[in-house]
Amino acid sequence: MYLLALDTSNQTMSVAVMHDQTLLAETTINHKKTHSEQLLPTIQNLLKQSDLTVDQIDRIIVAEGPGSYTGIRIAVTTGKTLAYTLNKELVGVSSLAALAAGVTDTEALIVPLMDARRQNVFAGVYQWVNGELINVVEDSHLPLTQLLEEVRVLRQPAVFVGADVEKFAEEIRATLGAKANLADPLRAYPRASRIALLGMHAKPVSVFDFVPTYLRVTEAERNWLKTHSDEGHEPYVEKV
Amino acid sequence: MSQPELILAFESSCDETSVAVIKNGDTILSNIIATQINSHKRFGGVVPEVASRHHVEQITEVIDLAMKEAKVTYEDLDAVAVTYGPGLIGSLLIGVTAAKTVAFAHNLPLLPINHIAGHIYAAQLVKPLVYPLLALVVSGGHTELVYMQSAGDFKIIGDTRDDAAGEAYDKIGRVLGINYPAGKEVDRLAHLGQDTFNFPRAMDDSEDLDFSFSGLKSAFINTVHHADQIHETLSREDLATSFQAAVVDVLTHKTLRALHDHPVSQLVVAGGVAANLGLKERLTKELANTDIDLIVPPLRLCGDNAAMIGAAAHVALAKKQFGSLDLSADPGLDFDHA
Ligand SMILES: [Zn+2]
Repeated sequence: MYLLALDTSNQTMSVAVMHDQTLLAETTINHKKTHSEQLLPTIQNLLKQSDLTVDQIDRIIVAEGPGSYTGIRIAVTTGKTLAYTLNKELVGVSSLAALAAGVTDTEALIVPLMDARRQNVFAGVYQWVNGELINVVEDSHLPLTQLLEEVRVLRQPAVFVGADVEKFAEEIRATLGAKANLADPLRAYPRASRIALLGMHAKPVSVFDFVPTYLRVTEAERNWLKTHSDEGHEPYVEKV
Repeated sequence: MSQPELILAFESSCDETSVAVIKNGDTILSNIIATQINSHKRFGGVVPEVASRHHVEQITEVIDLAMKEAKVTYEDLDAVAVTYGPGLIGSLLIGVTAAKTVAFAHNLPLLPINHIAGHIYAAQLVKPLVYPLLALVVSGGHTELVYMQSAGDFKIIGDTRDDAAGEAYDKIGRVLGINYPAGKEVDRLAHLGQDTFNFPRAMDDSEDLDFSFSGLKSAFINTVHHADQIHETLSREDLATSFQAAVVDVLTHKTLRALHDHPVSQLVVAGGVAANLGLKERLTKELANTDIDLIVPPLRLCGDNAAMIGAAAHVALAKKQFGSLDLSADPGLDFDHA
């Protein structure tokens, strides 16, 4: 099975072409050019380097979020349009799981996190069990203090990974002490080949229903929901 | 008979997700429009992040419906066209990304289209265009007079200095307690009252063709607030009539001056506000005894839709104005100013 994996959830963009577990070509760019400009040319190059045409791809695996709202939408839109238009399989993988999967050879808890501003983070807790990455605490948007508390009560060593862990190092150590470690900084860059492996055996999703996992409603909706109910409304989007 | 030219077109610059298949630049095979109006009504205007989220939800299904309704396959297509600006960046990016992906997957040329060019070319879906022509583009985001010497050649000769006309409607609509978008209801009320308030018209006698609606908007708001303070109730119909009369006066005055400076045989009025009956009635009356042909596309083609992008793309294809896979959205995209 030929796989194409994409991640544009944050500043780093990663794309990989695989043949089952074999990596054929991969590009990871951490440069401030927009994902919208880089993604398709990168896919095109990697396919060429792999001696493949796009219609030979069997499955497209997309990092579905959380992350930068605009960022995730680029890979999600590209992935679902490609899968739809060429009639291929589509799979979404958590962008946090993708980060966690980069930390291998450890039995410790793995805590991927992304800064969500105002002392909040997008984070989850993962662990390798018999060679499989298990989700221990579901991905969510939560205060950093709450995350650290959830990790503390698990009473196991934990490795924190992500581009933003360095700035939270003090708080992490204050709560978890010697139980906490920060992953090697190079692990903070998601690698699409990892995402491909995570999504290789997952059940494909519907291209029509596939949307980013934002883990957060928009600010406008949050404010509106304070005084309104979201039930029994007219469809928000209508074909006219 | 040669094969017809078929273009798959995408539009997602604001709060409509639309995909169309257009034959030979003038015939609609499909024009699917998913509007988010019910969503943004909650907030009294378009919220960019909410709009972007709806676009991602909708885009695949809208492409699917457009292809099925047109009964075409990807092998039948000659090009993929997409609005790449002006508009909301997050919204534009969904259409641009999807269009590039389809073009890449099926090895089709990509045609980046200016949204305003699309609004003007909606007229080509009504009747053949004759150049040079003049276009008045009025919507929630734009108020522009565009002169076209030939096909695909756009020069802005008049622009708004502050609010777009449609924006002014929404702002005064709010004061009248009318839900967003207010244009249709203000237009309806305007047909029931009298122009009693005599609001200011910003149309000085200088040579320029620019518009301004902020003075009118302020005068309107001040009038209503003043009445509130002295507990006087003003007629909503008369307020709407007076406001619309002032807007229509300014738009008509500048358009007639532009027609005088730039003789043409066709005037295209396009954009969401073109659906406004008051404007259409007035321009029809003013042009009755001239040789100028007024084209106002039907309602469905005045609002944002992908058919108009496909019509504009026909010209871009003839001129080989191709884009590459690194195309991005350009939210501030503009034509040249004359
Ligand atoms: Zn528009």
